[in-house]
Amino acid sequence: MSNELFRTCPESGLQFHRPAERLMKAHAVVAVVILLLGGIAALLVTLTRWPAVHLLPADRFYQLLTSHGVNMLIFWIISFEIAILYFCSSTLLKCRLATPKLAWVGFGLMLLGIIVNNLAVANGDASVMMTSYVPMPANPNFYLGLILFAVGALIGCFIFLATLVVAKDEKTYEGSIPLVTFGALTACIIAVFTIASGAIVLVPTWLWSLGYINNIDAAMYRIVWWALGHSSQQINVAAHVSVWYAIAAIVFGARPLSEKVSRTAFFLYIAFLQLASAHHLLVDPGLSAEWKIFNTSYAMYLAVLASMVHGLTVPGSIEVAQRAKGYTKGLFQWLQKAPWSNPIFSGMFISLVGFGFLGGISGVVMGTEQINIIIHNTIYVPGHFHATVVIGTTLAFMSLTYFLIPTLFRKQVAFPGIAKLQPYFFGIGMSVFALAMMGAGTLGVERRHWDMAFTNSTLAFEYPASAYTLMGIMGVAGVVAILGGAMYILVTVTSVFFGKPVGSESSYGFTTARVSRADPLIVPEGGHAAAGKWGFAAPGTFLLAIFFLVTFILYYAVNWKYLASVWPLS
Amino acid sequence: MSQETTDAQASERIPAMQRILDNPFILLFIGVVFPSVFYIIWGIVEIVNIPLAP
Repeated sequence: MSNELFRTCPESGLQFHRPAERLMKAHAVVAVVILLLGGIAALLVTLTRWPAVHLLPADRFYQLLTSHGVNMLIFWIISFEIAILYFCSSTLLKCRLATPKLAWVGFGLMLLGIIVNNLAVANGDASVMMTSYVPMPANPNFYLGLILFAVGALIGCFIFLATLVVAKDEKTYEGSIPLVTFGALTACIIAVFTIASGAIVLVPTWLWSLGYINNIDAAMYRIVWWALGHSSQQINVAAHVSVWYAIAAIVFGARPLSEKVSRTAFFLYIAFLQLASAHHLLVDPGLSAEWKIFNTSYAMYLAVLASMVHGLTVPGSIEVAQRAKGYTKGLFQWLQKAPWSNPIFSGMFISLVGFGFLGGISGVVMGTEQINIIIHNTIYVPGHFHATVVIGTTLAFMSLTYFLIPTLFRKQVAFPGIAKLQPYFFGIGMSVFALAMMGAGTLGVERRHWDMAFTNSTLAFEYPASAYTLMGIMGVAGVVAILGGAMYILVTVTSVFFGKPVGSESSYGFTTARVSRADPLIVPEGGHAAAGKWGFAAPGTFLLAIFFLVTFILYYAVNWKYLASVWPLS
Repeated sequence: MSQETTDAQASERIPAMQRILDNPFILLFIGVVFPSVFYIIWGIVEIVNIPLAP
């Protein structure tokens, strides 16, 4: 194997297989372009759902909501995730990527699918939302684009798996694969299930839209479609948790508190996370209470347990690394002295907190059959998934980008002042946005509707004034978050296409530690426990976890109380 | 084979759970079969068993 095929990043020590590097760049660039398209649609959709502005006419609103949903939830995220899969296999395992030519075929199919689908939506006859529930028909190219994209992404997943085989065969690592790669493997496995489900449901639907099949059963469609629609967001969870672990190692040289526990938590994702798709069908007729409750209130809780493990171990590992560096005063000096002006860290930490407190807790409420009914199909639901997918995944990917610009693209980060502020604009704006949506949803405001007031309709509904206030707050916070997204696009595009190359004398502009193969850098003398106090390896994190649990229990209990008040049994 | 060698081999034996976690294809199998059985197949069986309206 020629060494010319490999490049070692002088700053990070990471080794890039050049064909894999080109593929990572291509996927990341396409992902960011899609993020821009989805972001423009997000602005217009937000300005329409903001009652005081109500910008777009109804037909344009549904068209742009479809574009926003598909581009953000499918194309942006999965394109970036394929780049992460190649990074976590080829780069972290220091091995060649399996079959780069086939990977380019996969990339081509994904790109073609994105174009075909977006043209169908732009044509105006595919405003069927991301869910595209039958029997509502769309332009056949809407489904074809998704199918092409899915096939391309599936090729990427199998190339990731093949690269693991190559690495093992060529002995580029010893023992188990690194934890970050294991997390990427989890994402890949969920992606295979997700994409296969997508093919099962979308191929017949495409044929139905062409007139070759007479009927698609709506109930069947919903079951199989949600194995695509919700599980695709579970790929994100596994991927962004891997990114959290990677950033903890990159910025702090942190090692996981327990590799065994973290790997077991990822295993719980592999086995149970996809089953949470059932919470979308909790009010569907025809499905038994046993099916609903097993898939949500039993299996889903095992995946929630896994998320809580990651939510504890990632900040815990950071605390241990910080304490080993001497930040041992009190419970939170490690956090106070964290590099809050480094967007790699700040974005990742906001992502972790937002995902846990907003996305995680609301997800359990939605997954509980009884209290789900309070908020089912209200704007609470997009409030929840903006907390998980946008704060959790997108912000984590944005944070990683600030590391990849110098290491992968070999460019300096442009506008470092804007880059430092960007995670705060995006993270805080999106947190308020999601909270306002959840509040409005609890008051019954419907999701996906052009006009919450149902103006001139026969069956109007009088919302309390607070619902309109919350929707206004949602609009303002949404604009702030979109500004944060625009800052990310500005920094990323300028850096990658017009930025100064990273010379040996150039710094990133941000504090980073050298990291190679995600190996741990900081091992406290005497082990993890020696770095903590009062018998806890990470006492500050433990206290934060207790605070999280108390918040969780209180919110859960409040929802049961609320259910009792909206559904009197007398 | 000496007793020490046997003991060393026994102590180096990789636990079953670690062997599972180290095998991506077993994990792939679990990750596809579990949701296919508990979510998709079970759900579809329930839909199929809904009696048709006369």
